Amino acid sequence: MFDLNKIREQFPILKKQVNGKDLVYFDNGATTQKPQSVIDAVSNYYQEENANVHRGVHFLSGLATDKFEETRNTVRQFISAKHNHEIIFTKGTTDSINLIANGFRSLLKKGDEIIISELEHHSNIVPWQMCCELSGSTLKVIPLLDNGSLDMADFNNLLSKNTRLVAVSHVSNTLGTINPIKEIIEKSHSVGAKVLIDGAQAASHICLNMQELDADFYCFSAHKMYGPTGVGVLYGKEEILNTLPPYQGGGEMIKEVSFEKTTYASLPYKFEAGTPNIAGIIAFKSAIDFITELRIENIAKYEDELLQYATSEILKIEGVKIYGTSKNKSAIISFNIEDLHPYDIGTIVDKMGIAIRTGHHCTQPIMKRYNIPGTVRVSLAVYNTKTEIDICINAIKKAQEMLS
Amino acid sequence: METIKGIQAGIIEDFEMFDDWMQKYEYLIDLGKELTPIEEKYKIEDNLIKGCQSRVWLHAEKQDEIIIYTADSDAIMTKGIIAILISVLSNQKAAEIVSADLSFIDAIGLKEQLSATRANGLVSMIKKMKLYALALNNK
Ligand SMILES: Cc1ncc(COP(=O)(O)O)c(C=O)c1O
Repeated sequence: MFDLNKIREQFPILKKQVNGKDLVYFDNGATTQKPQSVIDAVSNYYQEENANVHRGVHFLSGLATDKFEETRNTVRQFISAKHNHEIIFTKGTTDSINLIANGFRSLLKKGDEIIISELEHHSNIVPWQMCCELSGSTLKVIPLLDNGSLDMADFNNLLSKNTRLVAVSHVSNTLGTINPIKEIIEKSHSVGAKVLIDGAQAASHICLNMQELDADFYCFSAHKMYGPTGVGVLYGKEEILNTLPPYQGGGEMIKEVSFEKTTYASLPYKFEAGTPNIAGIIAFKSAIDFITELRIENIAKYEDELLQYATSEILKIEGVKIYGTSKNKSAIISFNIEDLHPYDIGTIVDKMGIAIRTGHHCTQPIMKRYNIPGTVRVSLAVYNTKTEIDICINAIKKAQEMLS
Repeated sequence: METIKGIQAGIIEDFEMFDDWMQKYEYLIDLGKELTPIEEKYKIEDNLIKGCQSRVWLHAEKQDEIIIYTADSDAIMTKGIIAILISVLSNQKAAEIVSADLSFIDAIGLKEQLSATRANGLVSMIKKMKLYALALNNK
């Protein structure tokens, strides 16, 4: 399918030793590592191209602006959106969601309802709570079934003519569940509600097509898809983005400013106030190129192979329980071992060079749902290997031995 | 009554016997298992220490001039760490506890052995132990 060694060679950090052991990086849900092409693009920008965008008439500013807009075009192609101006650059998923929650607030009134789900990341909970508090609308929550999938029957009951917006994630960062977003979007649209999808955990694993999916908003972060930190995308349908007020005021987002009246720039600039993360956005293109060269279908297939292998190996650990066992799953595995605290396990395997995450993963409602203090989470990416999975499982078994 | 300084010296000596992190961790785990359990009635929200990934309950009381600590945690290594702190600070006079210089922590490399979040937890534990001593002393 593809040459794994060649892929790994592109990631300098994977050669690193941690605590005297070869690094095994299984915390990709938090952030992925970066290939050399992305690292080079960042430093090349500062060495060769540094200038502000959309401002100067001089050569460098033109160059930076062209490259900046090239990324926008690449993102549009990557997610099959209709227009470049439907791609808004933000700081990340959190920023994208806040932008919409903030704008949407002005369209809401008392009695309106927003629906989220029980498995959301705090970034897709708190902005809506704030939005509801300030607009007097009500927040409704789609509950989880035991296997970590959404209770769709309950969702159908929650939907009503009062529903104005449904915000759910494409993939759960804790349980790995791939949600039936196509169905959610169709049903929400049938009652006239808009839909925002938090795609933070999907964009580097699942092929996206905005025109087919018909989501009104789709949010993701570059740093979880082999790109730089501090860069995110908000995709929004043109006609809806045009109805929202600007998020932040400042430079770049205006057409004309006077003390009597300021008029705003058109999309996408209306939502891009201030100097953006130019280096990061330019380098983000290299990250998308990395994914498209491998083809996302191949990545998904390989990661699924890793998921199946890791799942069956983890299940061999005595007293283990996996949280999130829905059929449609991405390569994220959360588990606990009987009588052991996830934090103890994480601390010990870290000493063996293994980076896994422990805790609530910014999803405290999921922890409450299963009545657990946290989980151990393994989240995989395209450069991970079955050998690494073996090393990790052995380390976990060693930790279990030490702790019991 | 052994002094806080004397107890710390003993701990440093214990840790000098260990060659690697694994032995240190095993020692912490053993201490955690041996920690005298806290009375259930003290495992309340008010006694929880914030700033730990695991939950830690700490209770203190004054007997004559002396402060006695009991504690518990849902994570065993955290329990080991609090057990060490209790061995140093429990059964001492409040004034001694408040002014104690806990140099053994650096000497045994406890912070470097722990993750950043755990090191923060350690700092919170010490702070809370000193605060309890201060509060009880003024009673
Ligand atoms: C599902 C999900 N949503 C939102 C976020 C927030 O992303 P960011 O921190 O890049 O804004 C994350 C990151 O952990 C996530 O996993």
